[in-house]
Amino acid sequence: MERIVVALAGNPNSGKSSLFNLLTGAHQHVANYPGVTIERKEGYCRYRDYEIRVVDLPGTYSLTAYSMEELIARNFIQEEKPDVVVDVVDASNIERNLYLGTQLIEMAPPLVFAFNMADLAQRRGLTFDLEQLSRLLEARIVPTVGNKGEGRTALLEAIVQTAREGRGPRTHIVRYGGEIEEELARIEEALSRSDGELVHQYGTRWLAVKLLEQDDQIVAKVGQREVLDVVDKGVRRLRGLFRDEPEIVMADRRYGFISGACQETIRNSVERRHDASDTIDALVTNRVLGLPVFLLLMYAVFWSTFALGEYPMRGLEWLFGWLAAAVSGLWPAGSESWLRSLAVDGIIAGVGGVVVFLPNILLLFLAIALLEDTGYMARAAFVMDRLMHKIGLHGKSFIPMLIGFGCSVPAIMATRILENRRNRLTTILVIPLMSCGARLTIYSLIIPAFFAPHWRGPVMWSIYLIGIILAVVCAKLLRLTIFQGETMPFVMELPPYRMPTPRSILIHMWQRGWLFLKKAGTVILGISIILWVLATFPRPEAEHRSGLDEAQARQVALEHSLMGRVGHVLEPAIRPLGFDWKVGTALIGSLAAKEVFVSQLSIVYAVHSEDNADVLRERLRANYTPLVGFCIMLFCLISAPCVSTLAMTRQEAGSWRWVVFQFVGLTVLAYGITLIVYQVGRIWM
Amino acid sequence: MVDKMVAAQSPIRPLSLIKTGAKARLVRVDAGRGLNNRLAALGFVRDAEITVVSNGHPGPFVVVIKDVKLALGRGVAHKIMVQ
Repeated sequence: MERIVVALAGNPNSGKSSLFNLLTGAHQHVANYPGVTIERKEGYCRYRDYEIRVVDLPGTYSLTAYSMEELIARNFIQEEKPDVVVDVVDASNIERNLYLGTQLIEMAPPLVFAFNMADLAQRRGLTFDLEQLSRLLEARIVPTVGNKGEGRTALLEAIVQTAREGRGPRTHIVRYGGEIEEELARIEEALSRSDGELVHQYGTRWLAVKLLEQDDQIVAKVGQREVLDVVDKGVRRLRGLFRDEPEIVMADRRYGFISGACQETIRNSVERRHDASDTIDALVTNRVLGLPVFLLLMYAVFWSTFALGEYPMRGLEWLFGWLAAAVSGLWPAGSESWLRSLAVDGIIAGVGGVVVFLPNILLLFLAIALLEDTGYMARAAFVMDRLMHKIGLHGKSFIPMLIGFGCSVPAIMATRILENRRNRLTTILVIPLMSCGARLTIYSLIIPAFFAPHWRGPVMWSIYLIGIILAVVCAKLLRLTIFQGETMPFVMELPPYRMPTPRSILIHMWQRGWLFLKKAGTVILGISIILWVLATFPRPEAEHRSGLDEAQARQVALEHSLMGRVGHVLEPAIRPLGFDWKVGTALIGSLAAKEVFVSQLSIVYAVHSEDNADVLRERLRANYTPLVGFCIMLFCLISAPCVSTLAMTRQEAGSWRWVVFQFVGLTVLAYGITLIVYQVGRIWM
Repeated sequence: MVDKMVAAQSPIRPLSLIKTGAKARLVRVDAGRGLNNRLAALGFVRDAEITVVSNGHPGPFVVVIKDVKLALGRGVAHKIMVQ
């Protein structure tokens, strides 16, 4: 069995993903490129005697050094040298799509063009002379319809044939015109006199083109003064000649090459008319109606994720409750075996705590896949852009931030819709400030305990508002400091609306769900067990527990445990916030999941498990002032996110560095703000 | 003198001033290299025909270029000079 490595390149919205799905089916693997937040999708398929590995490169419009996606795509082609590169071209929009094609031709890998969405092109009245075009582009061209499953065999056949032939010499290449060609020749000559290895890997022509474009990465790689001097002189000469940057003139010439190739081979019998997409756009991007339509759809996303997700979530909770009871039953009643505690309170509670999110994740990604595949996502970004732009984020950042009100875990995963790394990291870092559903359980314990009924609404509202304001301020600060740099100017393609296919949506959901269970699951489980150890060991001697009822025994055990001790040790540090060791212990417990704060607090106050929350509220009222109550909520809102969130940040941001930054940053912020509120508040109260 | 008259007929101005439904021809993009390259890749090269689908006062701006519909921020539309 022979192996073939295929790289799939193409513009965003060219139907690349559907073609990838078509080629590989469910045999896919999603990961991130090391250290960056960009997805790397790989899949396998078999055809005849070949095992074909397909790597889905990030969707790009060109191959410059200006964006991470483009760098990744071109480095893969140049450094890992796939056997075949397939350029997925939207056949209804050849000219723009072939711009990437010209740059692929320049890199000279064995190349195949997939003219995707061929059916749409036909309906648009486009007819191709593929034979002639294939001669001009010197590559096989296969018409495909990715979302309908047409053209798979033909494409695989073309891939195999092209891989067998390998790299061949080209006769048609993009010619940039006399003056530029002269400079390119000079640079090529200078290159051939220098480092052979670089030339061998990248080819002189491509290196020369990139050097003349003043491509940062290649300029740094070449690095030799003699060559760069030739380049500098050439650039200056051309600038004087064209009164423009050479790279812009070169882009111009590439389009010239494309229209030359298209003129003879493509017939367009129908003028572009006002189509259905334009009609829908008139509504959803309308100045007045755009925002309400957007908010309505966002409400639908939120509702389906959390309201609809609640039923399967409850089912899963019940299942894990049943499992815990069943496992617990293996030991005699009243047993104090630590093994039982590990199985029930550590492993089952830990796994259960992760798996219950699965329905949310699946539903959220169902909604996102629908929004993306239909083409609405681009419009949503368009509608929200002005507002989000002010805080240095992208229009699309709104969606993960909104999801953050339900739960940070799916929200952080949803940042995958953002292409720009800086935007994505900023959004990930501030998401925990959106007050999630788990924190609502803390507020609903505290607020009725300390505030009169007519104050409850405003207090709750103020907590949420503080979170939003802090998120906005932090995002802006991050963009002004560590994520400094030009805010991506808003330029976005509005692809025609399309009917999504169930197949691609199911694959999308399945991938996300699996990724979540596998990656986040292992980390979250590990940390849950650590927290269980902290809350369980060391155990108090038997004589300390004699004569205590169940609630008191739990209180003594927790106080005696490492977590309780850390709570005590922390007391001097959190005293200025108005907190005692009991709150401290509950705060540490809330690292596992924010709602654990409530159960930990009821343990340290020795509240019986069958008592309702009012008993605990009464004890809180007796021990703390309303100001402390407010400060507890404030601290829980801002401080260290739960371990599931941290695990998700690790997975999505690609480095523990960001996890530490998020954890420390938010905790310090929480400490500072709570300190000010408590100390200033005390003056008045 | 002749140059002046031609200029008066079709002055160079930013794309943001072109009305909904009107067409214009690209002259140059007054932006940094990054944006300039991104726009070039999307088809914003010299003499490209741009149709303004909606000049969404205020806010983003929708154009059709090379058969593709694109939304541009107003800042971007200010930097694209057309005729």
